[in-house]
Amino acid sequence: MKNRLKVLRAERDWTQADLAERLDVSRQTINAIEKGKFDPSLPLAFKASRLFGLTIEEIFQDE
Amino acid sequence: MEGLIDMSDSQELSRRQRNQLNHRRLAGYTLVWLLSLALVYFGHRYLWAGSALVTTVMVGLNIIAGIAMMMANKKLLAGLDELEQKVQLEAMALALGAGLVGGFAYSALSQTGVLPFHAEISHLAVFIALTYLVAMVKGVKKYQ
Repeated sequence: MKNRLKVLRAERDWTQADLAERLDVSRQTINAIEKGKFDPSLPLAFKASRLFGLTIEEIFQDE
Repeated sequence: MEGLIDMSDSQELSRRQRNQLNHRRLAGYTLVWLLSLALVYFGHRYLWAGSALVTTVMVGLNIIAGIAMMMANKKLLAGLDELEQKVQLEAMALALGAGLVGGFAYSALSQTGVLPFHAEISHLAVFIALTYLVAMVKGVKKYQ
């Protein structure tokens, strides 16, 4: 699954650690999601959606 | 037991603080469990002169400490994020499988007299622990 987390994070000038803290996950988890190595659960995707003020589809795209 | 290990939790804690607290709690209960197990062996021989009653009571206390340790581990796992839980699950599955398969194979070798030394349960515990450690390292690297 592709995602725009890295772009959205960069737009806000956040580090992976900043985003991890806001989503209450580890920095390694953010890194794995950004690299497409791990797909987040629906609750975590909703959390990211709320944080960025976007729909889930605007952040995550099925490949 | 759950209430005992829940007493210092707080929603105010950050993820890092919560994990540190859970790790410290698990380390504490593991130490108590290990010491109580050592006390059973040491005490049986040197402290209460082989009294079966006292040894049984001490084993009971050891089991209670073991249950507290397991609950602390469960709480630690529950506090991890979803990727960390996935890595743990994969490592534990591998360790359990390796322990089961390896344990029965080891036992078969011992029972048939093929092993040139006496099989000990501690060998199996070390094998499971090493399998778990290797699987954890591989799991962490996999998602880096």
